[in-house]
Amino acid sequence: MGVKLSILIVEPSEVVVEGLKAMLDGEKDFHLLSPLHDAEGLAGRIGAMAPDMLLINPTVSGCMDRRQLAELRQHRPAMPVVAIVYQYVDSAMLAAFDAQLDIRLHRSEVVALLRSQSQRVVSVPNAAGEAESYELSERETDVLILVAQGLSSKVIADRLHISVHTVNSHRKNITHKTGIKSVAGLAMYAMLHNLTN
Amino acid sequence: MPQLFTPRMKMADLIGANHSLILMLPRLNIPLGFGDSSVREVCSKCGVPEDFVLLISNVYSFDDYLPTVEQLAETDMSPLVPYLMASHHYYIDERLPHIGRHLQNVADRVGEKYGSVLTRFFADYQAEVRDHFLCEETEVFPFLQNPGTIPTRFIDSHDGLIDKLGDLTQTVYKYLPGNILPDESIELVFDILQLSSDLEKHALIEEKVLLPYAQHLAAKVRASASGTNHGRRATRKGGTNGR
Repeated sequence: MGVKLSILIVEPSEVVVEGLKAMLDGEKDFHLLSPLHDAEGLAGRIGAMAPDMLLINPTVSGCMDRRQLAELRQHRPAMPVVAIVYQYVDSAMLAAFDAQLDIRLHRSEVVALLRSQSQRVVSVPNAAGEAESYELSERETDVLILVAQGLSSKVIADRLHISVHTVNSHRKNITHKTGIKSVAGLAMYAMLHNLTN
Repeated sequence: MPQLFTPRMKMADLIGANHSLILMLPRLNIPLGFGDSSVREVCSKCGVPEDFVLLISNVYSFDDYLPTVEQLAETDMSPLVPYLMASHHYYIDERLPHIGRHLQNVADRVGEKYGSVLTRFFADYQAEVRDHFLCEETEVFPFLQNPGTIPTRFIDSHDGLIDKLGDLTQTVYKYLPGNILPDESIELVFDILQLSSDLEKHALIEEKVLLPYAQHLAAKVRASASGTNHGRRATRKGGTNGR
């Protein structure tokens, strides 16, 4: 627990920004970064501020188009991008966002919306606080051994006759269970656990 | 917006507010022993531009502080490259060898199997850090000091370098036999965590100061070359380094 979700608001209207800040003020798991009023150099700013979620007015600075959104996603692929909506926005444009935050929503609905989006970012520990198993499964161990040999997910998928998506999902679980992120670190882990020479 | 540091604050109060800033001083050639002088007084005495010192102190201390391009353009950036070079020197020639010595002591005592894995991991890590810095020093720093040919990219992600330090600390405290050199192992973990947190700040300075400043210079170079500021922009490389 204790993981705070950092949120960046990009919205020209001070009234809307202050309203959102007031609504989210009491939510301990959200941390609001200093809001921006325009999208000038946004990709770079996002790289630097590293928000977990972006709330942005699609009309900011003469319209966010799909290309700009795609660029943003390249910088932070796991970051949900939520449209702040109170003006007319083309529906095809809106469809490109992960969710829409209509400013007429009730406070609890706003919080629920953001929280549901945050599930994509943080895997919330189970509510009962039960101990998870940190033992690697047999399949995860197979994947770990091949990762430790420096093989790519694609090659591992071919070797084990599973999809690349499944390999990546095993890799994510391995990192979650061992706490080790780099390939070199996993190779060290595998050697210390007598999984490789 | 956080209350940022200002020129009239006492230098000692900045260090009091963020102890890590003490690491910044030698990189700026500011000696200790500044008494109760203000940032302005200390900078003037040491011949270091106060706007640059405040810029670095604020980026170092306030996570959501992001200087604007205008601010960077107005700041005296002459100490930027010497500052970054001094940081590189500190990591490569001081901290990593220091950590390496502790690690070797631990490796010598935990048996051949564990020891050789640890030392090999660390040797590879040191080589990777050296390559990373060398690339910046040969491709980007000369451009910052004398803007001419625009490099293809300005900074690489530091995520891989920081992740590996996390992996090393976890390995030391989770997987090595716990009864061998416990005090030295704890000291080793602390040293690595301190280096990791300083490297994170170093990465922030590169992302929030070096990158936008280099882009600003590149735009000026392009504008003077073609009379227009359109064109391709070098940018940060993706964050998959070493993963």
